[in-house]
Amino acid sequence: MSFPLLTATAALPAVGAIATAAVPAARRTAAKWLALFFSLATLALAVVVAVRFDPDGDRYQLTESRAWIKDFGVRYELGVDGIGVALIALTALLIPFIILAGWHDADPLETKSSRWRPTQGFFALILAVEAMVIISFEATDVFLFYIFFEAMLIPMYFLIGGFGDRAHSGSDENASAQRSYAAVKFLLYNLVGGLIMLAAVIGLYVVAGNFSLQEIAEARANGSLDMATNTERLLFLGFFFAFAVKAPLWPLHTWLPNAMGEATAPVAVLITAVVDKVGTFAMLRFCLQLFPEASKWATPVILVLALVSIVYGALLAVGQRDIKRLVAYASISHFGFIILGIFAMTSQGQSGATLYMVNHGISTAALMLVAGFLISRRGSRLIADYGGVQKVAPVLAGTFLIGGLATLSLPGLAPFVSEFLVLVGTFARYPAVGIIATFGIVLAALYTLVLYQRTMTGPVKPEVASMPDLKVRELAVVAPLIALLIVLGVYPKPVTELVNPAVKHTMSDVQKKDPKPDVEAAK
Amino acid sequence: MNPVNYLYLAALLFAIGATGVLIRRNVIVVFMCVELMLNACNLAFVAFARLHGNLDGQIIAFFTMVVAAAEVVVGLAIIVSLFRSRHSASVDDASLMKL
Amino acid sequence: MDTENLIALLVAAPLLGAAVLLCGGRRLDRVGHWIGTALAAVSFVIGLVLFTDMLGKGAEDRSLHQHLFSWIPVEGFQADVAFQLDQLSVTFVLLISGVGTLIHLYSIGYMEHDERRRRFFGYLNLFLAAMLLLVLADNYLLLYVGWEGVGLASYLLIGFWQHKPSAATAAKKAFLVNRVGDMGLSIAIMLMFTTFGTFAFEPVLEATGETSEGKLTAIGLMLLLAACGKSAQVPLQSWLGDAMEGPTPVSALIHAATMVTAGVYLIVRSGEIFNGAPDAQLAVTVVGAVTLLFGAIVGCAKDDIKKALAGSTMSQIGYMILAAGLGPIGYVFAIMHLVTHGFFKAGLFLGAGSVMHGMNDEVDMRKYGGLRKYMPVTFVTFGLGYLAIIGFPGLSGFFSKDKIIEAAFAKGGTEGWILGSVALLGAAITAYYMTRVMLLTFFGEKRWQPDAEGNAPHPHESPKSMTIPMILLAFGSVFAGGFFSVGDRFMHWLEPVTHHDHGDSPLSAATVTGATMVVLVIGVTLAWLQYGRRPVPVVAPRGSLLTRAARRDLLQDDFNHVVLVRGGEHLTRSLVYVDHTLVDGVVNGTAASVGGLSGRLRKLQNGYARSYAVSMFGGAAVLIAATLLMRAV
Repeated sequence: MSFPLLTATAALPAVGAIATAAVPAARRTAAKWLALFFSLATLALAVVVAVRFDPDGDRYQLTESRAWIKDFGVRYELGVDGIGVALIALTALLIPFIILAGWHDADPLETKSSRWRPTQGFFALILAVEAMVIISFEATDVFLFYIFFEAMLIPMYFLIGGFGDRAHSGSDENASAQRSYAAVKFLLYNLVGGLIMLAAVIGLYVVAGNFSLQEIAEARANGSLDMATNTERLLFLGFFFAFAVKAPLWPLHTWLPNAMGEATAPVAVLITAVVDKVGTFAMLRFCLQLFPEASKWATPVILVLALVSIVYGALLAVGQRDIKRLVAYASISHFGFIILGIFAMTSQGQSGATLYMVNHGISTAALMLVAGFLISRRGSRLIADYGGVQKVAPVLAGTFLIGGLATLSLPGLAPFVSEFLVLVGTFARYPAVGIIATFGIVLAALYTLVLYQRTMTGPVKPEVASMPDLKVRELAVVAPLIALLIVLGVYPKPVTELVNPAVKHTMSDVQKKDPKPDVEAAK
Repeated sequence: MNPVNYLYLAALLFAIGATGVLIRRNVIVVFMCVELMLNACNLAFVAFARLHGNLDGQIIAFFTMVVAAAEVVVGLAIIVSLFRSRHSASVDDASLMKL
Repeated sequence: MDTENLIALLVAAPLLGAAVLLCGGRRLDRVGHWIGTALAAVSFVIGLVLFTDMLGKGAEDRSLHQHLFSWIPVEGFQADVAFQLDQLSVTFVLLISGVGTLIHLYSIGYMEHDERRRRFFGYLNLFLAAMLLLVLADNYLLLYVGWEGVGLASYLLIGFWQHKPSAATAAKKAFLVNRVGDMGLSIAIMLMFTTFGTFAFEPVLEATGETSEGKLTAIGLMLLLAACGKSAQVPLQSWLGDAMEGPTPVSALIHAATMVTAGVYLIVRSGEIFNGAPDAQLAVTVVGAVTLLFGAIVGCAKDDIKKALAGSTMSQIGYMILAAGLGPIGYVFAIMHLVTHGFFKAGLFLGAGSVMHGMNDEVDMRKYGGLRKYMPVTFVTFGLGYLAIIGFPGLSGFFSKDKIIEAAFAKGGTEGWILGSVALLGAAITAYYMTRVMLLTFFGEKRWQPDAEGNAPHPHESPKSMTIPMILLAFGSVFAGGFFSVGDRFMHWLEPVTHHDHGDSPLSAATVTGATMVVLVIGVTLAWLQYGRRPVPVVAPRGSLLTRAARRDLLQDDFNHVVLVRGGEHLTRSLVYVDHTLVDGVVNGTAASVGGLSGRLRKLQNGYARSYAVSMFGGAAVLIAATLLMRAV
């Protein structure tokens, strides 16, 4: 058996988490460097995975399979398709930036009754999340996936509840209360989703007799495994509910603004750019493959919910007074686009949705991390507390603007490609839905530019007058992300080539064909 | 003598022990009542062994005695350290395990 | 070397400039403006090379293609980064890079005292790159990239003086209104994709015959929406007036000569689509005609020199859109007017900038007066631009506008009469408001006074770097129209791309020209009677109802404010409330009731070992009782 590359990719950050946690309390800086080293090493492994992956080869590659819990037919089965590779690469790419951006977020406070912030714990938890997310992208055994899908909540809970944003308008107690509220809300929402999914996972086992994604999907495809219509729909709903909470889809979204608002900016990025992607990824991989008929049955409702997410998220973003909550609502709007693309069931829509996951990760990271730098300078998350930053910190303002422009999908930056693909893919099958979704692009411009105008332009407020511009470390975080946004906006081919074959497989799973253009159809 | 009578005695002892556990506050007395209940059980086991004509009950009685001895060791230690820290031997004072 | 390989360089040169200037940091502050200007000039030179090369070929094989790389390869969806250079796009390339270079040059002087001059040139180069991409793209999606790119550059440049809240607001408004138009363009592209399976110019325009008129009308209307946004046509015109917050060279380049004409380019480029959709064409002409009057009326009432010129720009683009809506009768004239307008309107704006430069950035024309003595060069170049725009015989505007009026009549039928009359009426108003601007600024008594701090303006002529571009543009304003019209040169040049149809005019060309002259004289006379003959009050009189409405952009902004801004605010605020109370409330309510229940349950956990023991005994008793009961049954 060849070298277990996928296991190694997931295990490396896990080892890193343990090693980082074991660093003595006094050697804080060493722990940071160790964490950064492990995240970079994981990135290197992810690159190896991407290189070894052959887009034109089998559907699942680099597979590993071992017996695990024999009595229940649970196997340790890993394998990646193009979508998985893209998302693993995204995850491995973002974590070093998250670590670097959060370099000082877990330093002990020197002033007053400081809560001791376990630096080691912070970075270890981030690496732990990375390990679990990566293995979720790799697992082709439903049960194995479920375990890590749920286990991810534990480190995330501590990251949100234990390491809040220091910029807070209220008192310390108030801040701590809101933080634990956000953390508990996050946990409860996702646990409820996970619980319902667990029921569906068990149900699937009862019906199919094993947990192997490939076996079940194959059996479904060749007709040897028949599910009663209602059973399939119930199981689908069980899975979908959990993913919709994680994604998050309206009206299950309210945990996200709280969590992103209260967490530090790097953790907020971890939530929306990395962890939430597991939800949309799982819709593509599990919902569509295991329950194609039920997916088609539920499509109209899901499309409507996605549309509501797009418009509603954008409108709420316009109404926010808190920078981070604004970004959170913008993300809800973007997740609406991703889900729209998945369930439009066209090649363009699904390729676009996958690309969207990657691009949204990068663009939100860019915007949110710069917002985090901004917030840490002024100590406030309220938009109204800023003004005229452009004058004192032009580089910060410039990068913030580029992050914002990426969020509003400006052509030339990566998110445009994916958003347009989703829109075209949706429009091809459901013109009305496509047109309504297009309104999202106007609203996106509105909330982004209003945010930029209120924080960056106008007369310089006295409180921001002495604000320093971006430091080298911060620039090292932002510059590569912006470069990536531009590169993937101009030349997205490497990613689309990775994704296209996987999308073709999914399309054949659900037995859908792209609608033909009128002119061809007439011939 | 009819072995069933031993069972009645065991039940009586057990009831006395249980009542003691429930109504007494002194931790030492509660502890002794627990011992009483254990011994009531032992008596019942032995009586049953006699009744059924095999040794299983007696063997279990020995086990119970060993466990009881161990329990005495741990229990008394807890009581002593409790008394040291709280200067009280009342069980009601040790009611911190609540929400 | 094959000339088509040069096409990418047209875009690459200014793009490189933008990248270098924006990322280069302070060490480029001293040379940045020269780098920017040089790279703009490089683009112009490459454009000239390509143009002369094209002249050397036959009309049929003048169209060049350059395929760079496949941009978004997805199943069933092919988007390429590929360029197309034909007669139409090369015309634009020369206009954009030519006027662009001149305005770069002008900005060196105009922005001399601005500490962020390097960045200004970076943005200008970015604009040039995006605009060239827009006209060189060989498919609608790549055009869309340029389309939004110029929107971004426009946003950055309008808001260049970001410390002024009004500038920041104007920039945001411009971008948002443009985005509404962009929505139209993206829906049009989606419609093309579902109809034709592609959105590259050639296959789409060749296949228009194979689809229904309904589809073409839908695509056409969406393209019109896009054009309305970018070209400031009613109902998306409101941003252009505010856009004058930007530095004047920006107003000249982006908001007069080039970017705002992108809508005309889009419609002319998509001619085949509109030809197959008469209803869409009608809509285009209506939009053009309405805007033509709208802009002219607004231009009459504004006292801010730049806003008066902005109204004029709107109105002139209305002419172009009108011509483009006429179909093959008008395409050529739309483009011709676009080019001549590019010369004289850029010249007028640069003149206005020169005036402001000498007048401490004062923009209120009522505080000018008699400036011809102080700024002779500006006066002459501005005056030539003025004569050109009102259509004085022999100058550029005369040839191009006259043709559009003729073509409007040639549309035939009642529509033709209505459109033709509107165009004539517009010509009269144009003569009126431009004469007003001229008289207020350069003639009459001087009306400027020291400002609150006692700084009286000292009007003076601008430096050479500013006057030279003005002189060059004035040359264009005078001669371009005549040059194009001799032997219908321009028409023959563009014909292979846009095709041309003479239509049958109910009026002879001479009649139309005569009528135009008559309305011109009427307009000028009216303005002279009002502003030339008697002294002009420094504070504007209250004016008639129409004047007051026109000062406020015919209440369009008020409408937007009440309906969109206020309405939007209410909507978002109530949604925030709903999200908090209803959506979140349901969840929190569930959590609270579970919490309440557990609160009651936890009373059972009182910490007394005895009570736990009771429950254990009780439980054991119940179990035993249940077992016995089961056995008994």
